[in-house]
Amino acid sequence: MAPGLLWLILLSPLIASIIITVLTRKSGRLSALISVGAILLSFFLSLGPLAHILAEPQAPPTEYFWYWLNLPTLQVKMGILIDPLSVVMLLVVTGVGSLIHIYSMGYMKGDPGYSRYFASLSFFTFSMLGIVLSNNFVQTYIFWELVGLSSFLLIGFWFEKPSAADAAKKAFLTTRVGDFGFMIGIVFLYFVVGSFNFSELSASLKQGGFPETLLTVAALLIFTGAVGKSAQFPLHVWLPDAMEGPTPVSALIHAATMVAAGVYLVARSFFLFSAAPDALEAVAYIGGFTAIMAATIAIAQNDIKRIIAYSTLSQLGYMMMGLGVGGYTAGMFHLTMHAFFKALLFLAAGSVIHAVHTQDIWEMGGLSKYLKITSTTFLIGALANAGLFPLSGFWSKDEILVAAYESGHLLLFWVGIVTAFFTALYMFRLFFVVFTGAPRSAEGHGKHEAPHESPPVMTVPLVILAFFSAVAGFAGAPGLEHGFASYVHFGAAGHPAFHFSIAAGSTLVALAGIGVAWAFYSARLFSAERLASRFSFAYRLLQNKYYFDELYFWIIRNIQGGIALFCNWVEEWVVINFFVNGTAALTRWTGGILRLSQTGKLQTYLMMFIIGIIGVVLLLLATFIPSQVVAVR
Amino acid sequence: MIPLSYFVTLSFLLFTIGVIGVLIRRNILMILMAIELILNAVNINFVAFSRFSQSIDGQVFVFFVMTIAAAEVVVGLAIVIVAFRRRATVNVDEFNLMKW
Repeated sequence: MAPGLLWLILLSPLIASIIITVLTRKSGRLSALISVGAILLSFFLSLGPLAHILAEPQAPPTEYFWYWLNLPTLQVKMGILIDPLSVVMLLVVTGVGSLIHIYSMGYMKGDPGYSRYFASLSFFTFSMLGIVLSNNFVQTYIFWELVGLSSFLLIGFWFEKPSAADAAKKAFLTTRVGDFGFMIGIVFLYFVVGSFNFSELSASLKQGGFPETLLTVAALLIFTGAVGKSAQFPLHVWLPDAMEGPTPVSALIHAATMVAAGVYLVARSFFLFSAAPDALEAVAYIGGFTAIMAATIAIAQNDIKRIIAYSTLSQLGYMMMGLGVGGYTAGMFHLTMHAFFKALLFLAAGSVIHAVHTQDIWEMGGLSKYLKITSTTFLIGALANAGLFPLSGFWSKDEILVAAYESGHLLLFWVGIVTAFFTALYMFRLFFVVFTGAPRSAEGHGKHEAPHESPPVMTVPLVILAFFSAVAGFAGAPGLEHGFASYVHFGAAGHPAFHFSIAAGSTLVALAGIGVAWAFYSARLFSAERLASRFSFAYRLLQNKYYFDELYFWIIRNIQGGIALFCNWVEEWVVINFFVNGTAALTRWTGGILRLSQTGKLQTYLMMFIIGIIGVVLLLLATFIPSQVVAVR
Repeated sequence: MIPLSYFVTLSFLLFTIGVIGVLIRRNILMILMAIELILNAVNINFVAFSRFSQSIDGQVFVFFVMTIAAAEVVVGLAIVIVAFRRRATVNVDEFNLMKW
């Protein structure tokens, strides 16, 4: 494939974004078409590398680059890296992204910022593709920040709402914390190994000879970037708040692509992590902890989008865990499957919100009667998320569990099993409350006539995503000679063997979760309220998300605030009053004395001049003449 | 032949008179004339040394000094005229705008 076309994959969303901003801002319809056209173009162009990889699975990675910086001591090659990993990610971003773009045309209809929305969306796609195609850490970092910026713009899309503006700020600042570590990590790695380029780094690390401690530090620092962007503990607090943005944005950025960038980064720099096993352990445990923590929080939430957001957190933790236990393909496989079913869940949730104009699940209920397509597709997404056979989530989740089991991380394996139970529980709590039973709140639907299904421009993407959520998992099914793994593996192991007992066990656990959800929220065999009041401490803990926000707020107000007060004092008294004003006062005082010498009389100046000359002449006489006299003698 | 020391002494006297003139006179025209005296003292030195060292270089320098002196007087007198028009005085003590 010609390199020009590869560059076009990257640049076409950027061009669309510029055209919309500069030319077609006035016409929303045209802007939407340009944006959708650009990402569709990227998608179809991405099929070229896919065909190439499928034809030659063992072909070496292709790289096109130019020198961005070419100094004797520092070389940075910007460029495009095409290997199976980037192609998979490319297809996820452009494929799922295209569907979400199309869906947005319906969802955002009538919004005053319609063109701005599509410009930002295209800009986001460009930034994300930049990360995916990047061949070096510097370029990754640049696009990493651009992605953060476009995420900020889109979360704060309805910036006139204070909560949205705050959420945008929170997301930006929280991820910046991680990005700072990422930047230090990149520079650190450069000083240890001496390159930014992925292939060069990989080749050097394969030869070995670098101190493992330094590599571990570098890997952990780079992982901080992934922690921020993928919303892993302890930087996970921004993602649920980011649900203030429009729902398609949540689907695209905060479910399918951007938050997966952290997982992608770990996968991309897997050569580094496999050279630093301690760092990999940290990845696994942080992932596992995030998975179970977010899954438990999701049980006690009441906002439809927040429940799905916590589910995203939990699944991202799963992916990190998969990578951490050495399941390279398992993590990437789950990323791909998750992109399908989580985008589907968000878009279906958006369709629900579109119909009933509320996000509180207790104001919904019985919606499956009105929203046939939405509820069916949502059910498929929920089943896939819960990991039921034979949907996509089953295969990928199973692989992660097998990878954890086989690598001997039994604790993480059980964490995964328990998380699977909670996942099924909260997904079906959501499903039963929203779609089954009787309409719950009079105000909920009363304001409008019966909720009606969304237009085809929104439901068709739902159906397509549901199809992929259902069948895509077979790419990793056992017995396939050329499964997902044989294409994506990066010198690492392929699919682990299929363990019937683990698969059956995780399915049973998921079924148990669905059963519990059914008993509480559909059949009402038990009362959830009674349980909540019985264990009110635990319930409050979950409902308040383990008080992470409060804890961080306390830390910021007391510790960071104290440091800021001290710095302010130093700034005000030492820097400004002592150094700045002191210098000015000293200058004025010296000037006041020295100005007395300016008499304004010509002859005084001349007098000083002549006295000076006479002084110099005498000095010369005193120093040179005696020595000459001595020489003459 | 007149010894070199005579010329040097004459030059020294002229120079000193010029410097003192510049320093103590208050009339700006007088100061300009005193400056000319200083220049001429230098010229005498140049010519005398040129003659005694049998070299033409010093006399060439004198021509340059005279040319420069003429130009300087032109500019100097122009400034004096402008200053006189503005302040109606030639006393340098009254040109004290640059005083503290």
